[in-house]
Amino acid sequence: MHPLHDDKLKKLEERAAVIREDIIKMLITASSGHSAGSLGLTDIFTAFYFHILNHKPKNPNWSGRDRLILSNGHVCPARYAAMAEAGYFSKTKLATLRKLDSPLQGHPEPHRLAGLETTSGPLGEGTSQAAGLAYAAKIDKAPWRVYCILSDGELQEGQTWEALLFAAKYKLNNCTFIVDRNNIQIEGRTEDVMPLEPLAKKFRAFNFHVEECAGNDIRDFVNAIERAQEITEQPTIIIAYTIPGRGVDFMENKFEWHGKTPVGLEAKLALNELRTLKGKIKSEHE
Amino acid sequence: MPFYLKEKPRLKFAATRDGFGEGLLEAGKKNKKIVALSADLTESTRCLPFKNKFPERFVQLGVSEQSMASIAAGLSLGGKIPFITSYAVFSPGRNWEQIRTCIALQKSNVKIIGSHAGLNVGADGASHQGLEDIALTRVLPGMTVLVPCDAIEAKKATLAAAKIVGPVYLRLSREASPIFTKPNTSFKVGIAEIFRPGKDATIIAAGPIVYEALKAAENLSKKNKLNIRVINCHTIKPLDTKTIIAAAKQTGAVVTAEEHMVAGGLGSAVAELLAENYPVPMEFIGVKDTFGESGQPQELMEKYGLTAKYIERAVLRVIKRKK
Repeated sequence: MHPLHDDKLKKLEERAAVIREDIIKMLITASSGHSAGSLGLTDIFTAFYFHILNHKPKNPNWSGRDRLILSNGHVCPARYAAMAEAGYFSKTKLATLRKLDSPLQGHPEPHRLAGLETTSGPLGEGTSQAAGLAYAAKIDKAPWRVYCILSDGELQEGQTWEALLFAAKYKLNNCTFIVDRNNIQIEGRTEDVMPLEPLAKKFRAFNFHVEECAGNDIRDFVNAIERAQEITEQPTIIIAYTIPGRGVDFMENKFEWHGKTPVGLEAKLALNELRTLKGKIKSEHE
Repeated sequence: MPFYLKEKPRLKFAATRDGFGEGLLEAGKKNKKIVALSADLTESTRCLPFKNKFPERFVQLGVSEQSMASIAAGLSLGGKIPFITSYAVFSPGRNWEQIRTCIALQKSNVKIIGSHAGLNVGADGASHQGLEDIALTRVLPGMTVLVPCDAIEAKKATLAAAKIVGPVYLRLSREASPIFTKPNTSFKVGIAEIFRPGKDATIIAAGPIVYEALKAAENLSKKNKLNIRVINCHTIKPLDTKTIIAAAKQTGAVVTAEEHMVAGGLGSAVAELLAENYPVPMEFIGVKDTFGESGQPQELMEKYGLTAKYIERAVLRVIKRKK
């Protein structure tokens, strides 16, 4: 991985802004889908597709690629938008999200869109799939890495912990797990629905190396990914603290936006807010 | 001792799981991509020889069947051919949704081995007697479902499963049952075998109960002068439509026999096919919407109506219904 210089960082942040706009447009056109998690993970997907991953967008099945497993498949609009931005497929396809015959299924299906790696959506399974893939890579001494993004809500699935036991037993240091710690799930705050804390302590007790970072700060996230790659005797899990709905003020930190999309005036407002994000991306009059 | 031992003292017995263990070892020797996954049941699912021979390709997961199904899907993404092994009640029972999403929908090259299927599990009782696994697996698009009738066929089915690119479910039994096929008996996935010719009615069976079906046909020949065709339908999916429709046309009546719930199993698959293509009177031998219980395997077969005697009665009933 190359060092992340300031000018590259600025470009990544600009990419993230474009991807956020694409996500909102996709969700408006699809009129169903998951807004909050998609916007919250945009910076992480941007970091992956434009800085971290060793990949070839025009040759998505290249055998030497790093594998990015998305366990919480419902945030796939962010992944689709980042992939289109990276050149995996034409951006015109983004408008087909969730529509008949589209490669962009409501939840990811690798047989319909190359580059997705796994089928996901039903929660708790990506962690196991990533661990299995990392184990296969260990057997073959493959040079590529496995990354797995999972949600905090799906930590309530017992299967996730079965997978963590396995990853620790076989010291899968070639796999980095990233928990999208956005504190929300469908019905409310995670700590109200089913408390998860103390999370870092739980992972350490499962023999994981734990990193924590701000998941909407690309530099902070990239640094955590770099530190994870230096760990050789344990798998690493990064708790990435993200803001659900990041970029759209009225969605930020609101669990109500987990599984719905903006309509009418909300849609207009969301796009306007993205265009003026922190005043540093685009001006309102652009 | 089962009573037919007295009839045929030279008949040898082995469980279909034993045949699987031999097949897995042989498949492992032929193909280095094969890995075996165990959820703390290595010996009883007969994976021990494979584990001893190929320790680097054996993965012990502990008691975690759900994760095992998804981990296997991950291994297959990495180019491996994983065999996941457990009891049928746990896999594909407990981990059915993981199999649906990560293996069937994802088209993963994973082999699901469900041992201890059926009532012959015996003393462990209803919680451990898998009677729903054929229904659970055959409902999944793209899944091949194999139910070998004896240990020799189980070995062939294991080797065949290793060669299929895609998901396969292989159903195995705990209890030793008669070995009545030979190493050179034909076995092709998707091709049902006519084990006994006949024109008066057809018994279509899968699993060790095929032997009971053959005994029933023999008895009906002696006592009632009836010529009963017996079909070993080891592949529940894809079903051999040609052989089954031909049997319905030529014999005019069908009895299915399986050590599984009547709902959703082999009988249902045959009924779906014939209802649409060539309806004939049918009778179903199987477990009738009830759970099992503890007991000796042979006692359970008798109590739940899964022996030759019950198959004979079903054949006589179905022949009476012929037009």
